[in-house]
Amino acid sequence: MPELMQFVFSGLTVGAVYALVALGFTLIYNASDVVNFAQGEFVMLGGMITVFLGLAGLWLPLAAMLAIILTVFVGLALYKLAIEPARGAAAVTLIIITIGASIFLRGIAQIVFDKRFHALPHWFGQQPLKFGGASILPQSLVVLAGALVIVVLLYGFFERTLFGKAVLATAANRLAARLVGINTDVVVGFSFAVSAAIGAIAGLLVAPITLTSYDVGTLLALKGFAAAMLGGMGNPVGAVVGGLVVGLLESLAAGLISSKYKDAIGFIVILFVLFAMPNGLLGKTKVERV
Amino acid sequence: MQRFLSHRLTVVVVLALIVALLPLVFPSAYYYRVAGQVFVFGLAAIGLNLLMGYAGQVSLGHAGFMGIGAYAAAIGPAQTGTPVWFWVVAGSALSGLIAWVVGRPILKLRGHYLAVATLGFGILLFMVFTNESRWTGGPDGMPVQRLELFGWRVRTGIEWYWVSGVLLVLGAWVAGNLVDSPTGRAMRAIHDSEVASRSAGIDVARQKLTAFVISAVYASVAGASFALMNGHLTPDVSSFLRSVELVTMVVVGGMGSIFGSLVGSAVLVVLPQALTVFHDYEHAILGLMIMLFMIFLREGIVPSLARRFGRRSA
Repeated sequence: MPELMQFVFSGLTVGAVYALVALGFTLIYNASDVVNFAQGEFVMLGGMITVFLGLAGLWLPLAAMLAIILTVFVGLALYKLAIEPARGAAAVTLIIITIGASIFLRGIAQIVFDKRFHALPHWFGQQPLKFGGASILPQSLVVLAGALVIVVLLYGFFERTLFGKAVLATAANRLAARLVGINTDVVVGFSFAVSAAIGAIAGLLVAPITLTSYDVGTLLALKGFAAAMLGGMGNPVGAVVGGLVVGLLESLAAGLISSKYKDAIGFIVILFVLFAMPNGLLGKTKVERV
Repeated sequence: MQRFLSHRLTVVVVLALIVALLPLVFPSAYYYRVAGQVFVFGLAAIGLNLLMGYAGQVSLGHAGFMGIGAYAAAIGPAQTGTPVWFWVVAGSALSGLIAWVVGRPILKLRGHYLAVATLGFGILLFMVFTNESRWTGGPDGMPVQRLELFGWRVRTGIEWYWVSGVLLVLGAWVAGNLVDSPTGRAMRAIHDSEVASRSAGIDVARQKLTAFVISAVYASVAGASFALMNGHLTPDVSSFLRSVELVTMVVVGGMGSIFGSLVGSAVLVVLPQALTVFHDYEHAILGLMIMLFMIFLREGIVPSLARRFGRRSA
């Protein structure tokens, strides 16, 4: 039983990161219909920029703040320079653009930073806490708390603020949103900025546990995408649930069956879920109009 | 003139001429090797184009089928001692069968759901090739026996240039015929409107599946050629990046243009070769080029050029 608890804890920790990546996917997808495969690179940038600013002698909390701000600028640049000029292109074209952007960012990262693995110091030390026979790193709690705070803030933003409503309106129907006077360009740019920030925060929160390097983004983006689809594309709650489910299953499968196919679990699950529920766990059935 | 240019035989003749005449301008054997790779990936891209450009379905896992073909050609002869060509055929049959089995549930999905399902399928295969090191040699890869055809051992880059060139022309010829057949017309109808084609009596699910199976066989033959050509095989042949490259080849060259698939393959194979000069900047430049191509030539090179010169190309 303690073993099981152990797997659950580690699964929830990675799951929280997947959930944040999936949430970033969902935000951008809702606002612009773009599936942003460079989402994983935001996570990488958050970790790597913090590491290197820290190495340059900057106070770490300040380095983390700067890392988030810089990543937001990268997100905005991605939107302004790559997505906006391609407006109206086919979905597959836009997907390839974001994959190109992800290759580009990775290429830049390996030049600006290096190709080695880096760790950040744990926030509250590495002494594991005992919990029901299982041990849990304080940093895992930081990751989970961080993810929770982000989800709550986003919820509040969408429910309580006028601009949040504008984002929801844009997601629901872009043309109608424009007709009632919402500046949808600002909304889409904003979504890229928020997604970048969420990715960067996830990256710097989890870097003490999983380490970071220039190429951590690829697999994260794929799993985040799988998680977002698992929950039902465009559904923020689904994204969070999907992320946690993928993380939990990975950890349980690695612990109980074999770690060889750990990275495949998410994809196996999503294949079976999609066969049974073609619109994801929480997705709505879409009626196609002709 | 217009009619002549879009005729399916024209494409085949032009391709055959390109394959036959290109060596006249090759200064060294290295160029044969690169061109051979262009042909092999061009073949895979033509197959994927049938699925994407004609039937309108995306696959982000097609390198998985390249992997099946490649590993069949590598493992089969090594384990059983039977001829290599037999395993190229067997691998293609296996790819087609697997495509038929997975294709039925997968192709029911739409848009991004289809993308993630094919992506997951490709990654699964990649992990099998990486993890089952008893058979595949794991991440370090395995040696591949040489192809032998009627007592001729195909070994050098120059010999492979001709073999892959013939395969490419054959592949283009079959694809051209297919596109002009009732199946091809049905596929294009599905691309334009699934509902309309269903009401016109087209079995949409079956046509999509046909395109998927055919494209898997193309990828499998290409994968086997790739392995046999290099004499060494690593799981990279079926990586996610390879799948992305294949999709990019189709889109960069032009969806629905058979000739475009070869152009797309040429761009994506030659570009990294040319970029090795820049060492560390290779990935950054490659990513940048992919973005620029997609932003400024979003219809693909061949259709964009064809429009500029006021003609419709095949």
